[in-house]
Amino acid sequence: MKGLRLVAALPMLSAGLSAQVTFDRLLHADREPQNWLTYSGTYASNRHSSLAQINAGNAKDLELKWIFQVHNTPFETTPLVINGIMYITQPPNDVVALDAKSGAVFWAYEYHAKPGRLCCAAVNRGLAILGDTLYMATVDAHLVAIDSKTGRPIWNVQVADPEQGYSMTMAPLVIKDKVLVGTAGGEMGIRGRIAAYEASTGKEAWTFYTIPAPGEPGHETWTGDAWQHGGASVWLTGSYDPELNLTYWGVGNPWPDFDDSVRPGDNLYSTSVVALDPDTGKLKWHYQFSPGDHSDYDSVQIPVLVNANWRGAPRQMMLWANRNGFFYALDRTTGQFLSGKAFVKQNWANGLDDSGRPIKSSKKAEDDITYPGIQGGTNWYSPSYSPRTGLFYVGAWDNYYSTFTKGAETPLPWRRGLINSWTDDAGHGSIMALDPATGDKKWEFKMYDVTDSGILTTNGDVLFSGGREGNFYALDERNGSMLWKSSLGGDVASGPITYQVDGKQYVAVAAGHGLFVFGLR
Amino acid sequence: MKFAISATAFALLALPAWGQHEAALAVDIENGLHVYRAYCFTCHGPEGASVPGVDFRRGEFRHGATRQELTATIRNGIPGTAMPANNLDTDDMRRVTAYLTSLHDFQSSKVTLGDAQRGSELFHGKGQCLNCHRVETQGSRVGPDLSEIGATRSADFLERTLLDPTKAMLPQDRFVRGVSKDGKTIVGRRLNENTDTVQIIDEHENLVSLVKSELREFASLRTSTMPSYKEKFSDSELADVLAYLVSLKGLN
Repeated sequence: MKGLRLVAALPMLSAGLSAQVTFDRLLHADREPQNWLTYSGTYASNRHSSLAQINAGNAKDLELKWIFQVHNTPFETTPLVINGIMYITQPPNDVVALDAKSGAVFWAYEYHAKPGRLCCAAVNRGLAILGDTLYMATVDAHLVAIDSKTGRPIWNVQVADPEQGYSMTMAPLVIKDKVLVGTAGGEMGIRGRIAAYEASTGKEAWTFYTIPAPGEPGHETWTGDAWQHGGASVWLTGSYDPELNLTYWGVGNPWPDFDDSVRPGDNLYSTSVVALDPDTGKLKWHYQFSPGDHSDYDSVQIPVLVNANWRGAPRQMMLWANRNGFFYALDRTTGQFLSGKAFVKQNWANGLDDSGRPIKSSKKAEDDITYPGIQGGTNWYSPSYSPRTGLFYVGAWDNYYSTFTKGAETPLPWRRGLINSWTDDAGHGSIMALDPATGDKKWEFKMYDVTDSGILTTNGDVLFSGGREGNFYALDERNGSMLWKSSLGGDVASGPITYQVDGKQYVAVAAGHGLFVFGLR
Repeated sequence: MKFAISATAFALLALPAWGQHEAALAVDIENGLHVYRAYCFTCHGPEGASVPGVDFRRGEFRHGATRQELTATIRNGIPGTAMPANNLDTDDMRRVTAYLTSLHDFQSSKVTLGDAQRGSELFHGKGQCLNCHRVETQGSRVGPDLSEIGATRSADFLERTLLDPTKAMLPQDRFVRGVSKDGKTIVGRRLNENTDTVQIIDEHENLVSLVKSELREFASLRTSTMPSYKEKFSDSELADVLAYLVSLKGLN
C-alpha cells in the first residue's frame, strides 16, 4: 500500500508546488519576467527585464495606476512580485502583501524591532522568497521567516547583537536551501560578517567574517586589535553565479571611517568584493577596490554579472561602478582585474596600476577637498546592465566633493529636504551609460539634484530611474533621451521594478512615502 | 560659516560613526532650528538653557553631547524625567542633532559685539539694510530674511558678510538671471531649483517659477548685490550692527 499512497499523493503535491518559488525558478528568474523574484531581479543582478509591452514608442502614455502609502521614510524597498501578488517592506520592518494590480492589501505583518545602536536610518530594502516563505532581515539584526500566504512568522533568529552596533537593512539572498544575509553597522565598530541559515529551520549553516582572525590569510593587513572592531559591514544584497557556484558580496568601509592612523594597512576585506562558496562560506577570491580607505568608500554596490566578449574573447565578468569613483570590470572566475576607469571626477588616486590597485595621489585628504565626496561617485542604489545595448547604467554623483578639514572657508556642499539652492557648488546627479569594454561614457542624463535611485532596463528599450527631485523618468536606454517623466513629490531612493499581471505590464517604484505603480493608458 | 565647518569637522573627524550617510552641514543646522522649534523649544527654551543642568549653548548635556548620544536620548527619552521619547524621522534627527551640536560654537566667536540698540538704529537708518532685507514684518523680501539670522549664523560669518558680501555669499543666497525667448530679463533670488525649473522671488517680491527650456539665457549670479560696509561703517558701528544682528532670533 505504501506505493499506492505515494502515487495518490503526488498530484496534490505538484499542484501545491507549482505556486511555490522553487530554487529552480530563482535560477531561471529571467524566464518569467511577469514576476520579480529577487531583490536584483535575477541572480546576475542586472535589473533588466525582457518585458517590452512598455516601449520607447509608447512610454509617453504611462499613467499612474495606484499608490500605496507608508508612514515612515526613508522608503527604499524593492518589491517582489509573484503571480500577481506583491510583497513589500515598509520601514522599519513591516511586510505587506498587496494585489499587484490594484494595491489592495491581503495582509500586513508588523515586526517590532528593538534596534540597538543604529548608525544610519532604520531602512529596509526588501525581501527574499523560497517556496511559500518570505525572508526579512531586520534593523535589530534578526532574520525572520514569514508565511507568504498569511503573514505569520515561522521562525526568527538573531544574526548578531544589536547592542554591539549590528543591524541589517538589506534584502536577503536565497541560494539553494539557504538564506544569506550580511550585517550592517560599519560606523559602529562591528566586525562584519556574511551568514547563511537553513531556509526551513533558521539554523545557522555558516558564517564568513569579513575581517580575518589571527592566523587567517589577510589578518596581516590589520594592526593590533583593530580587526576586532574594524567595520567591513555588508549591507547590500549579493549576487550568485550557479555555474561557478560562487556568491559575490560587496564589503563596506573600515572603521573608524576617517581616521586610518589607528588601523594602518590595507584592512582586508573592507572595501572589497568577496567570492564565497554558498555551501560552505569559504572564500574563493577577493578583490579590494580601496585599500586602507579613509573616505568612507564602501564597496557596497550590487555585483553585476555579465557574460560578454572582452577584447575579442568571451569572458565571465563582473561589472562594478564603485563608490570610490572608478568603474571596474573583473573576471569573476578568479577576481582578476580587467580594467578600471573613473566615471566621475576624482582626485584621490592617480589612476590604477596593472593589478587594479589605486595609485594614491599625494594630496592629503585631511587638508583638501576630495572628489568624490563622502557619498561617493555612486552608492548602494542598483545599477543595471542591458544585454540589448551592451551598456552598463549607473546613478552617479559628478563634480561632488567633501572637505575633511577644520577651518575651511568653503562650506561643505550639502542640501536635503524640499529646497535645493546648493547644487551649483555641490555637484549634480546623473544617469550614465558606460561601455563595459572601455569605461567610456556613452551618454549622460544630467539632473540638477543628486540621485539615490536605482535603475531598471527593459527589452522595450526603456530605462526607468529617478532622483532626489522626486522625478521618475523613462529614458531611451540607447541614447538617454527622455521619453516620459512624472513628479512623485518625494525622493526616489529605491530601485524600480517591472512585472506583468493579466497581460498588462506595470512599473513600480518607491518614492517619498509612497509606492507608485504605473502602466499604459 | 565657522559654525558649520566646526560641526562638519566634528562629524567627519571626531565622530566617524556618523559617516555612512552624511555629516553635519550648514543646511542641516539651519533646518535643525525648525525641528528644534517644533519639538524642543517648549521645554528647552529659546536659548536651550531652560531645563536646569542643561545648556545647549555651553555644550552641557546630561546624557552625552555627541550626535550619536543625542540621537539616542531624543529617540528614547529619559525615563523618570519630562524628556519624552520622540519619533523623529532620520532627516529630522540628523538636522536637530546638527543644530544642537553647532549651538555652542556661537559663543566662541572672537568678533567684537557692540551695542545692539545702536546697531538697530544703524541697521534701520544709515545702513539702509531694509531696502533689501526684512526683519519680522519690516523691510524688503528681495534679499534674505534676517529675522532669525542670529540663530542661524555666527557673528564672525556675519562680519565677513558685511565686509565682503560676495566672498561670503552662500550658494543658497545667490540671485539668478534669466532671459526669455522674447528678450525679457528677469532677476531674482533663487528659492529652489530642479532640473527643469527654478523658483525665485523677483525684484517686485513676486514668486515666479521659471521653466529653463523657455529661457534663452539662464545663469546663477556669483556676485552679491549687497554693498560692502567696510568703508560705510566705523569699527564701532560695525560692532553695534553685529550685536543687533546676533540678537535676531526669530520666534524669541
